Amino acid sequence: MIDGILIGLQTAFTPINLLMVLAGCFAGTFIGMLPGLGPVSAIALMIPVTYGLDPASGLILISGVYYGAVFGGSTSAILINAPGVSGAVATAFDGYPMAQSGNAGKALAIAAYSSFAGGTIGAILLLLCVPFLASVSLSFQSSEYFALMVFGCTAVAAFSGKGQVLKAVLMTLVGLMLATVGEDPSGAQRLTFGNPELSDGISFLLLSMATFALAEALSMVLKGRSKSNDSESEEMANVNFKSLKLSRDEIKEIAMPVGRSSVLGFLVGVLPGAGATIASFLGYGMERNLASQEQKKRFGKGSPIGLAAPETANNAASTGSFVPLLTLGIPGSATTAIMLGALLSYGVQPGPRLFIDNPAVFWSVIVSMYLGNIVLLILNLPLIPYIAKILQVPRQFLTPIILFLSLMGVYLVSFNSAELSIMLVIGVIALVFRILDYPLAPMLLGFILGGMLEDNLRRALLIWDGSYDFLWQRPITATIVMVTVIVLLTPVFSEIFKRASGKR
Amino acid sequence: MIRVKRSHLVCIALLSLSVCGIAYGKDRVHFLIPGGAGGGWDMTARAVGESLSRSGIIETASYENLSGGGGSRAIAHLIETAPRQTNTLMVNSSSFILRSLLNKFPYSHRDLTPIASVIADYGAFVVRIDSPYVVWQDVIDDYLKDYRRVNIAGGSSRGSTDHVVAALAFSKSNLDISRLKYIPYNAGGQAMVGLLSGECQLLSTGLSEAVALAEQGEVRILAITAPKRLPLFPNVPTLKEQNVDAVFANWRGFFAPPGVSQKNVKDYGQLIEELLALERWQQLRADRGWSHLYLSGNNFNDFLSEQEVELSILLDELGLLNK
Repeated sequence: MIDGILIGLQTAFTPINLLMVLAGCFAGTFIGMLPGLGPVSAIALMIPVTYGLDPASGLILISGVYYGAVFGGSTSAILINAPGVSGAVATAFDGYPMAQSGNAGKALAIAAYSSFAGGTIGAILLLLCVPFLASVSLSFQSSEYFALMVFGCTAVAAFSGKGQVLKAVLMTLVGLMLATVGEDPSGAQRLTFGNPELSDGISFLLLSMATFALAEALSMVLKGRSKSNDSESEEMANVNFKSLKLSRDEIKEIAMPVGRSSVLGFLVGVLPGAGATIASFLGYGMERNLASQEQKKRFGKGSPIGLAAPETANNAASTGSFVPLLTLGIPGSATTAIMLGALLSYGVQPGPRLFIDNPAVFWSVIVSMYLGNIVLLILNLPLIPYIAKILQVPRQFLTPIILFLSLMGVYLVSFNSAELSIMLVIGVIALVFRILDYPLAPMLLGFILGGMLEDNLRRALLIWDGSYDFLWQRPITATIVMVTVIVLLTPVFSEIFKRASGKR
Repeated sequence: MIRVKRSHLVCIALLSLSVCGIAYGKDRVHFLIPGGAGGGWDMTARAVGESLSRSGIIETASYENLSGGGGSRAIAHLIETAPRQTNTLMVNSSSFILRSLLNKFPYSHRDLTPIASVIADYGAFVVRIDSPYVVWQDVIDDYLKDYRRVNIAGGSSRGSTDHVVAALAFSKSNLDISRLKYIPYNAGGQAMVGLLSGECQLLSTGLSEAVALAEQGEVRILAITAPKRLPLFPNVPTLKEQNVDAVFANWRGFFAPPGVSQKNVKDYGQLIEELLALERWQQLRADRGWSHLYLSGNNFNDFLSEQEVELSILLDELGLLNK
């Protein structure tokens, strides 16, 4: 193993490859910052470029682009509340309020540090337990995934402030409903109202851009322009190197959450089909549940933990998703599917024998993924003050820019003008929800989980001939279901317990 | 007078030149891809385009991914803008016929100009390496004992190629396919997980994907739907040699917009023939595990109509038609 790592390092540290990773990170960051272009499209754009390179350089370039794009996605989520990829949605929950309260630089720095930590811990876990995890990941059948998605829905409690639980549940249901729009797997049209434009369903990007970026920009318009706004944005963007430094207390505060979220994220990422988004939601939910009463209040208002946890989990999960790819040849996510395509085009077939047949490639993939992570930190920390300057743009300019980027982002993916009308309708509805103080994050959570939840339930029911026995006959499913029930009932029981002890 | 004539001549010369440039669509080809980047259509179009442009047969190849409605947006776009699409070839596959039969969109291959098929991916049935199924007959026996014991995983929805190929194999084995348990997954990789995790006993997929999976030693290929054993994979048995007359080629080929001139069709046909002779192309095809299937012009058209009839019978038996 040490030999392998050394071979990998040797390949990675040639000048040409270092140049590749630098170029990749740089390009990836900018591609990822544009709403609509996430890691998947960034890598897809780069694949033709890699055709002329040798496999190691190509993979290194791709991994640079990948990490760059992931970081770029968080940047747009934090700065303009426009998460272009589903993995960055949870980042916006606390990242955006933090940036709005004048700590844009710190928010970006926390995102960079925790991505790095998540990636690093993920890589170490990858080295330690590849063969073991591969077999574990296969013990998950559709019924387990279904239970996992239901468990994911309990994270909704984490996104709702006090007294908002009912609203949050309602919005989750709206999200689940939106996930059913379109042609269902048996060919029936659902909630399309006979409109063919809706038969493909609503894309994540559209919904996220409409509810976050569009609604944000529209509410900026409604708020109007005042002098204080301008000086505020002046102040917000006043980022220098000093403000990037985290104080000792802050580091202490996020250290434990980062550690926990890395492990959680990695384990979720190992499951083919769960992926980074679910990991980021679960990470956020877990940390909120574990946080002290004091810290809990800050969630959703710019809590460093609330930012660090999903960012860490997201990156650790991305690393974890390489376990099924490298050991079984199974791409667990869209990103690893593209990576698989790139590997195949080099004539490298990932699988259990890759490790034995082609150790140089195996290790250079892992080392290059890690290298991308390090370079990103070195490259992007100095860039943060400049990136954060976006906020210095006066609102009357920033608002149309956000509108333009979010509409363009959606259009450029689908080339379908009907999507823009759908987006506007959803954006206006989302604005109304915002004004009425209904949280939008649970809706997105319901939407993201809804599709997978339904697919897996459908499969489980097909396999079990329409019977729900799998909920208790399969041990892992039963365990997850039980944990879900406990998480749901804990607040109820603690309330009852409190009242009972209060009476005494 | 003479000057006028001259300018006329120049005009005519220029005009005919530009017409030539358009009609003889060889210096640039625009590939319209009805699905997203990285999919099967995309891989085929880009492989063909790269081979043609890198070997200098055409100057540039451009690509446009227009996904939506399972390919219907791209087809509608090609038909609506046909007069402008003088250099455009759309890539498609058997799912075109399936979706047309299922009324997912109001078009069929008769609304376009079929140019040629270039490759085929035969259907393949894959089992876990430790599966009790050794030959196809084992699957039939198990299905006869209890149809519920055979869960068939596939990488896309009901009525897709994976589903229909499985139906064809079971139907030609004289089994009642109305009870076939097809479990749809969102992607080939996830269907593979379904097989490896033990919730499905059989995986229906394309041969190119199956070979890649089998090379890792986790699964083996039970049978394929090729008419005879393939030179690239001499060890993979066919259904036909196991006395099941199920032959199915998931072709991938190219279509020009409707109303293209005969000359243009010929030019495109010649282009494809030049492609097939390229060593670069042959190497690429072998690397990807694609089989050679070249049918052009009218032959291709007849083949499509035959497949349409065959598939409509199967879909009817599955109870998927005329809902």
